[in-house]
Amino acid sequence: MTGITRFINIGERTNVTGSAKFKKLIMGGDYAAALDVARDQVENGAQIIDVNMDEGLLDSAEAMTTFLNLIASEPDISRVPIMIDSSKFEVIEAGLKCVQGRSVVNSISLKEGEEPFLEQARTIRRYGAAVVVMAFDEGGQAETAQHKFDICKRSYDLLTQKAGFDPWDIIFDPNIFAVATGIEEHNDYANAFFEATRMIKEAMPDCHVSGGLSNVSFSFRGNNAVREAMHSAFLYHAIPLGLDMAIVNAGQITVYDDIPEELRDHVEDVLFNRRSDATDRLLAIADKYKGSGEATKKEDPKWREQPVEKRLEHALVHGITDFVVADTEECRQKADKPLDVIEGPLMDGMNVVGDLFGAGKMFLPQVVKSARVMKTAVAHLLPYMEEEKRLSGDTSAKGKVLMATVKGDVHDIGKNIVGVVLQCNNFDVVDMGVMVPTEDILAKAREENADIIGLSGLITPSLDRMVEVAAEMKRQNFEVPLLIGGATTSKKHTALRIATEYDHGVVHVDDASKAVGVVSTLLSKTRAPEYLDGVRADQDKLRDGRAASDERRTTPLADARANAFDGGWDDYHPPSPQTPGLSVIDDMAIADLVPFIDWSPFFWTWEMRATFPGILDHPQMGETARELHGNALAMLDRIVAEKWFTPRGVVALWPANSDGDDVVVWTDEDRNAEAARFCMLRQQGTKSRDRAAMCLADFVAPKGIPDWVGGFAVNAGPEVHEIAERFKSDGNDYDSILVQALGDRLAEAYAEALHARVRRSLWGYAADEGLRNDDLIAEKYRGIRPAPGYPASPDHTEKRTLFSLLDAPRNAGLELTESCAMWPASAVSGLYFAHPGASYFGIGRIGADQVADYAARKGMDIAEAERWLAPNLGYTPGKTDPAAQAAE
Amino acid sequence: MTKATDLELEAAKRILVLDGAMGTMIQTRKPDEATYRGARFADHPQDVGGNNELLSLTQPDMIREIHADFLNAGADILCTNTFGANAISQADYGMVDLSFEMNVASVKLAREAAQQAAPDRKVWVAGAIGPTNQTASISPDVNNPGFRGVTFDQLADAYGEAARGLIEGGADIILIETVFDTLNAKAAVYAVEALRDAGVDVPPVMISGTITDRSGRTLTGQTPEAFWASMSHARPFSVGLNCALGAAEMRQHIRTLSGVADTRISAYPNAGLPNDMGGYDETPRETSDHIGEWADASLVNIVGGCCGTTPDHIAAIAAAVKGKAPRKVPGKVRHMRLSGLEMFDLPGPDMEGAA
Repeated sequence: MTGITRFINIGERTNVTGSAKFKKLIMGGDYAAALDVARDQVENGAQIIDVNMDEGLLDSAEAMTTFLNLIASEPDISRVPIMIDSSKFEVIEAGLKCVQGRSVVNSISLKEGEEPFLEQARTIRRYGAAVVVMAFDEGGQAETAQHKFDICKRSYDLLTQKAGFDPWDIIFDPNIFAVATGIEEHNDYANAFFEATRMIKEAMPDCHVSGGLSNVSFSFRGNNAVREAMHSAFLYHAIPLGLDMAIVNAGQITVYDDIPEELRDHVEDVLFNRRSDATDRLLAIADKYKGSGEATKKEDPKWREQPVEKRLEHALVHGITDFVVADTEECRQKADKPLDVIEGPLMDGMNVVGDLFGAGKMFLPQVVKSARVMKTAVAHLLPYMEEEKRLSGDTSAKGKVLMATVKGDVHDIGKNIVGVVLQCNNFDVVDMGVMVPTEDILAKAREENADIIGLSGLITPSLDRMVEVAAEMKRQNFEVPLLIGGATTSKKHTALRIATEYDHGVVHVDDASKAVGVVSTLLSKTRAPEYLDGVRADQDKLRDGRAASDERRTTPLADARANAFDGGWDDYHPPSPQTPGLSVIDDMAIADLVPFIDWSPFFWTWEMRATFPGILDHPQMGETARELHGNALAMLDRIVAEKWFTPRGVVALWPANSDGDDVVVWTDEDRNAEAARFCMLRQQGTKSRDRAAMCLADFVAPKGIPDWVGGFAVNAGPEVHEIAERFKSDGNDYDSILVQALGDRLAEAYAEALHARVRRSLWGYAADEGLRNDDLIAEKYRGIRPAPGYPASPDHTEKRTLFSLLDAPRNAGLELTESCAMWPASAVSGLYFAHPGASYFGIGRIGADQVADYAARKGMDIAEAERWLAPNLGYTPGKTDPAAQAAE
Repeated sequence: MTKATDLELEAAKRILVLDGAMGTMIQTRKPDEATYRGARFADHPQDVGGNNELLSLTQPDMIREIHADFLNAGADILCTNTFGANAISQADYGMVDLSFEMNVASVKLAREAAQQAAPDRKVWVAGAIGPTNQTASISPDVNNPGFRGVTFDQLADAYGEAARGLIEGGADIILIETVFDTLNAKAAVYAVEALRDAGVDVPPVMISGTITDRSGRTLTGQTPEAFWASMSHARPFSVGLNCALGAAEMRQHIRTLSGVADTRISAYPNAGLPNDMGGYDETPRETSDHIGEWADASLVNIVGGCCGTTPDHIAAIAAAVKGKAPRKVPGKVRHMRLSGLEMFDLPGPDMEGAA
């Protein structure tokens, strides 16, 4: 399942045509009660609320105005955007005149032709709103998928070309119509919607698709069980096709897995129009389920007869707060400690919710309710836990540590591990997650009165963010120590760049096991000053030693180029690919990836530094490693069986040639027009004469000899982060880290599997290759797949070129942050080189002459290039002027 | 005269300096009722003391002189004396019919001042459109929260008339400023866009909101991000904040806007928070230290002063940002952005992170 957590719920209850209750309130002028309906929806997880006053006996424009004006004075409602819903444009315009926020108009269409459509669209643009377009034209509402699509495409062209709309401000409503009406022509309506959604998303991926969900079950009014089943099944199948929002009644959807199998099959027969008698068969069983809907489930006293743990689970899954305090109290009296209730039955229940949600079988509004039940239960336990702490003399946590991965960076496994370790040692940890802006970190630190701030980052630009946080801490007169961690950080960078910005202690912590010691020391009034003095002294030493160690001698760029790797182009004829161009990989299942997993880095994630499989028999780590491996395999089984992740990948093989240190990618095999250019770096370390100064461009033939390069981007799926977050918010940090570590491994496995396919078939230069997995891991094959941001190609910004050539957002669901981190984070991207002599290497330190040359090739400022290449600079920026040196 | 492209080119090179407080400078000259009236309105039936915009018609020398003082201090952009020159604000003085004339005349005064005081410099005249004294989102009657003292259409008419006056006078920029109610500003944008659709050559638009207090929200409750989402359809030359706060309190909100807005950022704070007497005490040095630091942090493209800032403040601000690079304008946002009181980003082609 993709997009579940991105799915947007639009509240439908403030609609006089859809809700008899709301209509009655509005007709009776009871606006106070009508506001409560709106408030309920926001509290129940509606992210936008739809307001519709289309009623013949009402002055709709006036009712719209009054209601929206009233909403404006209710901050708990007006915090969310409004969808102004009417079939009459004057009512829409009346609504637009009342909202200060940026809202959505629902809807306009080509019903009256192009001129009125454009006129209305331009008017909406003057008010500043997004727009829903109905699949409706001069001939009526579209019923077939093709007709729906055609209208949407025509509307799209008009809106973007003649009304100044951006594609992402357009939402299509391809009409959800009632099925199972007994009229044969209606049988394919749901199918048509599914197919239209798919077609729209394929042709216009930046647009959105929405629909009014309750229409689909219209013929089963009065039978909530069947309606709920139809709604949930509809969403379950439409969301993966591209439905990204819907107008829903949160109270009228059920847990997909809760639908009895018979009912589900019959409902899906109807939705997919799988058999001609589907409607009759559903009708035949419908009455049997009448009265078993979500509402009755809540009222059905039977669940109250189960053991108390099951009752809590039921309450959590179904979002029932009515009995939760009594049930929690019953558990508390049975338990040794109040905490056991949280960690036992309550967490078990939340895990069930998490599993259902992860599988796309529960939806966001339901989960919001579950969380509320959980909060109620925890709130009941809190006073007992405080009391227990008071009695045991253990007065609260030892100190509070606030942690965050800095803005632009998405990596947080390491930070999570540190968080867990600290929590286990009774420190209070506030984890702000990933991509947190500096201001937010510091505001939160003040709010929480944190004793220590910890920052994490994995990619180069995060270093600058950390400097920024330190500087900002100084500016805002903070006095708490700052901890720095993450793969890209170092003692040296911390000493040279971060510690100089902030005076109250900046400590680099390179591994989680040291975090407890450092944090305890820093929180001790007696030991902290001495410790920090020691840290400062070390940092001073590093700074003093900087001139000697940082100013590396580098070979002049011209000399390095003269000593390039020789591709032997006179004798070597580059192979052309079997499948040139771009291929979206849609047949790589998780099960196919498992054999490609390289387990050693998995253990490194857990800070167990030994290689697999030897680690399993390691004298000290063996036992832990075996248990961890066992848990990982068990989770992997579930990931495979329950399809937790949807890995995606894209690969392309392009005609290419080297041009100096650049690799030129041509638009076609005529090799006249450049599609893009990858800018490579060359080693400048001082070397003995017999070793070449390597550069990736050397592996590609110069112009005149037809050669090729490949590019790829793969990821384990957005679910990795979602599931990890869910585990984490459930307090299950272990599984949260486990699932992320497995996600990372699966992404790497995907890259390895894909590389094998490229060598053996897509490019096909090694068709007869037959390597076992350990050979693959040992990279005993021909060709390499270096990744931008890694040693051979350290500049992360090259990913921008790669991603745009691959159209990775569209073809692999993969985006880049402003700092060029990939999102979802369990991802791998890189280039393919097929030359038999191609090998991995590290660029190492480079000179100011190459930086100036590189910046010019990239069209970057030198200062910007220096920032991206910071770890590779063989000189101190500012002290050596690259432009001057290049001119020499 | 210098128009859109010149302005854009110059803004790409350096941080532009906007002038200081017109109202404060008028007050220091202590005009009395007779000064306001001048000869032309000696017999006007209502008191007009405090109607600053009227001075553009009755005391043109005073207004030109104030403009000249700010120009000599180093301002690149002069804001016209038109904050309240609209039919809704002028109703208090019985001068509704004069608002168009006030706008035309005020632009000309600023232009004349520029030609006299700085004939060799590029100077842009920004036609100021204030918020009026009415709010479209808040009921003036606490017992009837659905009631409104002014409608969107009334506001759009008043703003449209003012904008036409400013454009007729030859303004280089339309400055919709001191926005405390975003719906008012939306009416102003609507009016300006309607002029554009009617074929009027509309100059670039600057929009400047007001975070009213330490809550960090506009008077009508929006966060700075939500405010920007609500204004982004104007595709303005710049967005920013002015008034209500001093530089120290404004910084975090400028930073927030700078993080979300795909256009230039303007900032012209008050000279600190008002003292017990409603005056402003922050020295030019204090204000300019803050603003200089904003420039160092690459937060701003256009800076200046609001209430309490004098030509000395503007001179200090101009010196503090001189030679410093303007904030780089980020690439266009490519996803749907909605807002209520808070901003709601929908997934889209350029979304960087989790839902």
